[in-house]
Amino acid sequence: MQPLLECRNVNYSYHTEQGETHALSDISFQVEDGEFEVIVGPSGCGKSTLLSLICNLLVPESGEVLLNGKPVGEHMDFHIGYMPQKDQLFEWRNIYGNVTLGLEIQHCMTADNIQFAEKLMKEYGLWDFRHVKPSQLSGGMRQRAALIRTLVLRPSLLLLDEPFSALDYQTRLSVADDIYRIIKKEHKTAVLVTHDLAEAVSMADKVLVLSSRPARIVKELPVFFDLPERTPMESRNAPQFKEYFNQIWKELSTYAQE
Amino acid sequence: MRRNNLKADSLQDISVLQREFLEERSRHRVFVKVMRIALLIAFLGLWEAATAYGWIDGFIFSSPGRIVRTFVSMVKDGSIFEHVGATLIETVASFVLVVIVGLFCAILLWCSDKLSEILEPYLVVLNSLPKSALAPLLIVWLGANRTTIIVAGMSVAIFGTILNLYTGFREVSQDKMKLIYTLGGKRRHVLTKVVLPSTVPATISIMKVNIGLCLVGVVIGEFIGARCGLGYLIIYGSQVFKLDWVLMSIVILCIIAMALYALISAAEKWYLKRI
Repeated sequence: MQPLLECRNVNYSYHTEQGETHALSDISFQVEDGEFEVIVGPSGCGKSTLLSLICNLLVPESGEVLLNGKPVGEHMDFHIGYMPQKDQLFEWRNIYGNVTLGLEIQHCMTADNIQFAEKLMKEYGLWDFRHVKPSQLSGGMRQRAALIRTLVLRPSLLLLDEPFSALDYQTRLSVADDIYRIIKKEHKTAVLVTHDLAEAVSMADKVLVLSSRPARIVKELPVFFDLPERTPMESRNAPQFKEYFNQIWKELSTYAQE
Repeated sequence: MRRNNLKADSLQDISVLQREFLEERSRHRVFVKVMRIALLIAFLGLWEAATAYGWIDGFIFSSPGRIVRTFVSMVKDGSIFEHVGATLIETVASFVLVVIVGLFCAILLWCSDKLSEILEPYLVVLNSLPKSALAPLLIVWLGANRTTIIVAGMSVAIFGTILNLYTGFREVSQDKMKLIYTLGGKRRHVLTKVVLPSTVPATISIMKVNIGLCLVGVVIGEFIGARCGLGYLIIYGSQVFKLDWVLMSIVILCIIAMALYALISAAEKWYLKRI
């Protein structure tokens, strides 16, 4: 079966007058439809760069990014949702305005799409806050609004760039649960980037371990928990959790040295 | 937060120390207000007395009483409205033009990094140039008419406006711009959805400075190329030794400057409350 997303021998360097920074080196991996892939690596190794390449904000220097077997630049109808590190909700818009921002930009404020946006807001508890400014919401609710903002455009693939790193630890655990639940319920394929190993193991179907710069893939580890209804919180309590954690820890500490 | 406010409202259940603190604060505020008014009254009184007792020459230094009498007589013959009206119209016209032209140029610079890099040194030089030096030139080029005065008003504010607006546009966070691209937006969406709305507060505070600068420019223009307006009245008054006119015009200019500033502050408050 054709993978939803495939990176083939992707290389990328940043150029400045001070010199060249080799960020990604020969990255190849595949993500199947419906899979939750987590990319872990030391800080500053090029994880975010990889996401920018996948959603075509950057173009690889060599290699290819394929979506359903077609290069990413050639797609017209394949939408990739991107969830940034901080929620980036606009303070000058209320929640409704923030959630429908994508529709507005793409000029598709059709009755059908608006109905879909409103359905999502109702389903995920944002409806009562639709006239409220982002600053009046809690960190968790803001993150949820940011996710709905990307889901409104019906993305075939979701990219999450350390979406919980700006939250305090406790909120982080519950928001991770919340976001995971929504993604699974909407049957989305997701690629999440993080430097938090526990977070990676708790959410992933497959973990991709990157080395420090220039980032290479040092390990691809499928994660499976024998749980009837898996959530990140349940996974953390499962007996296999520690095993996976230690395995990734070992890889990272071997390859992540400066 | 709300609880604290409730407590402050009902004086019974706040502590003695807190009550003393609040009373001290309100005493302080009253003191400052009283002193401000007292200072003004003392200054005006001293001025009036100094001319009345002949310590200074009222013909040269004028006096509060003479200023008021001049004002009243000019209100009666209607000439004051012509002068104040001319200065106000010219100031507002140059301010509106500065806003429009300034925004347009700043957007243009934002759209092209190359253009802004090329033009930057020129803008910096033009901005630091003393604009009053341009006024005689403008008279020769454009003639002694209202256009010249409006252009003189603009010349004082326009370059600083462009530079400050552009700097404000550049400070918009990269992550917010990236978000627009990931939602399928183009650069013009970045401009209309992020850059312009997020810089509205900064733009308003730039405008607060500008309205005063426009007034300065307009008065400079009126000094040399006008037949009416407060700037004209000041120059003409000093030439014919009607210093009552000069000082009255200066007082009116103070009031106009304060009123225009207050107007924009009110617009700012209204906007900040709305968002």
